[in-house]
Amino acid sequence: MEQEWTGRWNHAISFLQGVCKILVIGAGGLGCELLKDLALLGFKNIDVIDMDTIDISNLNRQFLFRAKDVGRAKAEVAAEFINKRVPGCNVTPHYDKIQNFDEAFYRKFHIVVCGLDSIVARRWINGMLIGLLNYEDGELDQSTVIPMIDGGTEGFKGNARVILPGLTACIECTLDLYPPQINFPLCTIAHTPRLPEHCIEYVRILLWPKENPFGGVVKRIIPAVASTNAVIAAACSTEVFKVATSCCLPLNNYMNFNDAEGIYTYTFEVQKKEHCLACSNIPQTLSFSENNKLQDIIDYLVESLAYQMKSPGITTSMNGKNKTLYMQTVKSIEEKTKENLKKTLKDLGLVDGQELYVADPTTPSSVSFKLNLGSSMEH
Amino acid sequence: MLQYHQCHILSGVYVLVPSMSHFNRLWGDHGQSALENARVCLINVTATGTEILKNLILPGIGSFTIVDGNKVTGEDVVFFLTKDSIGESRAKVASELLSELNEDVSADYVEEHVENMVQSNPDFFRSFSLVIATNICERTLLQLGENLWNMNIPLLICRCYGFIGYMRLAVKEHTVIESHPDSVLEDLRLDRPFTALVEYCDSLDLETMSKKDHSHTPWLVIIYKYLQEWKKTHNGEGPKNYREKTQFKELVKQGIRKNESGGLEEEENFDEAVNHVNTALLPTSVPSEVKKLFEDPSCTELNVESKRFWIMLRAVKEFVVNEGNGALPLRGTIPDMTSDSKRYIELQQTYRDQASQDVTIVTEKLQTLLQSIGRGELVSVSNPPMIFIALFFTGSYCIVMKNIIFRFTRPEELERQVVRGSFQKDAIMLFKKSFNIHCKNSAFVRLEDEDSDNETVFYVLLRTVDKFYEDYNRYPGWYNDQVESDITKLKSCMSKILQDWGISANIKDDYVHEICRYGAAELHTVASFIGGAAAQEAIKVITSQFVPFNNTYIYNAMKQTSVTIEL
Repeated sequence: MEQEWTGRWNHAISFLQGVCKILVIGAGGLGCELLKDLALLGFKNIDVIDMDTIDISNLNRQFLFRAKDVGRAKAEVAAEFINKRVPGCNVTPHYDKIQNFDEAFYRKFHIVVCGLDSIVARRWINGMLIGLLNYEDGELDQSTVIPMIDGGTEGFKGNARVILPGLTACIECTLDLYPPQINFPLCTIAHTPRLPEHCIEYVRILLWPKENPFGGVVKRIIPAVASTNAVIAAACSTEVFKVATSCCLPLNNYMNFNDAEGIYTYTFEVQKKEHCLACSNIPQTLSFSENNKLQDIIDYLVESLAYQMKSPGITTSMNGKNKTLYMQTVKSIEEKTKENLKKTLKDLGLVDGQELYVADPTTPSSVSFKLNLGSSMEH
Repeated sequence: MLQYHQCHILSGVYVLVPSMSHFNRLWGDHGQSALENARVCLINVTATGTEILKNLILPGIGSFTIVDGNKVTGEDVVFFLTKDSIGESRAKVASELLSELNEDVSADYVEEHVENMVQSNPDFFRSFSLVIATNICERTLLQLGENLWNMNIPLLICRCYGFIGYMRLAVKEHTVIESHPDSVLEDLRLDRPFTALVEYCDSLDLETMSKKDHSHTPWLVIIYKYLQEWKKTHNGEGPKNYREKTQFKELVKQGIRKNESGGLEEEENFDEAVNHVNTALLPTSVPSEVKKLFEDPSCTELNVESKRFWIMLRAVKEFVVNEGNGALPLRGTIPDMTSDSKRYIELQQTYRDQASQDVTIVTEKLQTLLQSIGRGELVSVSNPPMIFIALFFTGSYCIVMKNIIFRFTRPEELERQVVRGSFQKDAIMLFKKSFNIHCKNSAFVRLEDEDSDNETVFYVLLRTVDKFYEDYNRYPGWYNDQVESDITKLKSCMSKILQDWGISANIKDDYVHEICRYGAAELHTVASFIGGAAAQEAIKVITSQFVPFNNTYIYNAMKQTSVTIEL
């Protein structure tokens, strides 16, 4: 480019530079890329949340971090780096969990971008943004919609999607895109291990929780690749730019990427689910027989592809009082309520049409279910 | 190597292993070592170019060299050029900032315009494993392309223009052994069991074994046993069609033990056996792609210059014809299946031993072949290049040899103005191809069209802006006040190009307006997308693993769609 081009940043209209506030969730492989991309697009007000500190193993793809930063908060180092490298950009770091921020915090942003490796966190933020929607006489007040741009990668595969909460398919609408992990049968890993994976699983599932020799948790990971993160974060940032400037229609609404064999993209529209747990406003029903036990409901909420909950707690309202049927997350309550798991729904005094409120780490507010109590065994 | 990597199995503790082992799980030690020995040259410091290098430096490429004769100006301050470096050499500043990313990578730069280098010092490029060109004008590209083609050095051309990304790969020949396909058929040889497998299966007696052993006998052994039984009543042949396979499944099911009350025991291994009948009984064969490669002149006519890939292929071919009796060397892996640990490992060992015998034979043949063409290098199974053979036969991932041969142009065209000739011919072929399909479809050039083939139109538009540059020495829409008048000029450039190519096509005005609106801007996120994709293709070319794109890729950020076309 031979000549000075003073209008270089004119396309970045004043909204983008002055008013627009972006929230980036995650300052890992995708997050580093997202922050760089957004800053270079001209966005000036960016917040970033990440609860992790920098590990030495991050340095081979999380390019905002150097060896001297190991041990420091990812969000803080990433923000410092961007603010220094891209003058005028103001990244505000939050070294914290997304669950520690309230509705008032999230309501401040125009667009939320996610670069997460956790499905639970994705579902939680999805639930939060849906919770911010306002409906008047059943009509969605569109000014309460905060677009969510979500990216994910795994090895050479990745996806980018645009979610307009309440208007287009949300994370819960497409929960079947995240199939549960394949687990080896317990008897195999305990008695007839054949593969190295079986032995690792033995340690992970049976030994670790018992002995917990070093603290911390054991995770299964698929190696992340710098180039896939770059591609997916770039696609997400382009979508942020489109949504912020209206220079072009946003992605409608899901792009799959894979570059193991050639370079392949597949772009399509995922559909809103009519009975979506999070965004449909249609009450959910649970159909059980009165002879089913409370444990059966818990198992169903965890195992069913539509809900895939992690550790659901159930409360209900009886004789005008709140009653906790089961709650796993608080130890003292867990001990008091675990007996209920073995009781039948009838013995617990639950009746047809009973409202059950289910709390779970996958959602910021509890979900209400109507219990459809019959004599058959079907769900 | 100074950096170490946390082993995730023991999260919370540091287990000291080399930091790059993260990637070894994707492309192996030998892939990583190919990467660490690679020398990459980047032409021109652009956002696209620096993003590509960033994504190569992070996983640990050996070295990079940047060629760029320009000084940093205010407009090209990108992530790896800073505001306070305005006025300094672009090549120098970018190489310094990039080398911060990984201290194991050696960085170099040449402050020189590529236009001059191509003329004055074409041999400069000879030492590189791969050259990546960004933002390079057509005239220089054609010259560079021809030089590299003759030197047998792969060239990756990348360009980002507004919302459009473009890549083209030019490699004379690229061979891939480890294509890492998503799914592969097992290589179990039940239709032609090797001696050790026969002996092992015959040593087990389903009738007399305990209940526990019976329900933990690997399905592979079960199918083998019932297959022998079936053959006795079918002229020594296995079940061949759907009907016979269904009958065979019934036969296997009859083997399930009964409990005292006459009901069937739960024997998961027998269920697995029934489920695997169809795939396990597929006849062993040499895949047709491999057969085709066996007949390639590069394989049949070896000479002292032959690439190791073709000599190895020839050794394999000779194995197939002789010792293999028409079959490839045994891969030597078996899938997981219900079994006690002891017998699973015994069975696995049986396959492994046979595979390693086969490898030894191929290794000997390779040695003989090398001698016969006057090459003295020694090979052994432990010799690094032999890792490839070992992987090919015994490794868990490389199975079908997939050979991708890119030709920038046809050999007979390799005369004068080679590359330009091919470019034009390519374009004509592309157009005939795409317009034969689409010319009747009025939707072809509509922006809102969902057809993914639509991206091909951007190839023409990019060629058109190059023509515009040639005529006016600037890109269309460069000056805000000339956007409108440039549209008219651009349209006439396009007519000329189409006329030159001998094609009549109606490209909708919307496209011309859109490309003019871009004013040749390099949008950072498009650069970053191509930066990621191009780095991955570079790694594929360098490691000879996975399958690169063939050979032109166009990304449309407006719709987040892309297409690969073979020109």
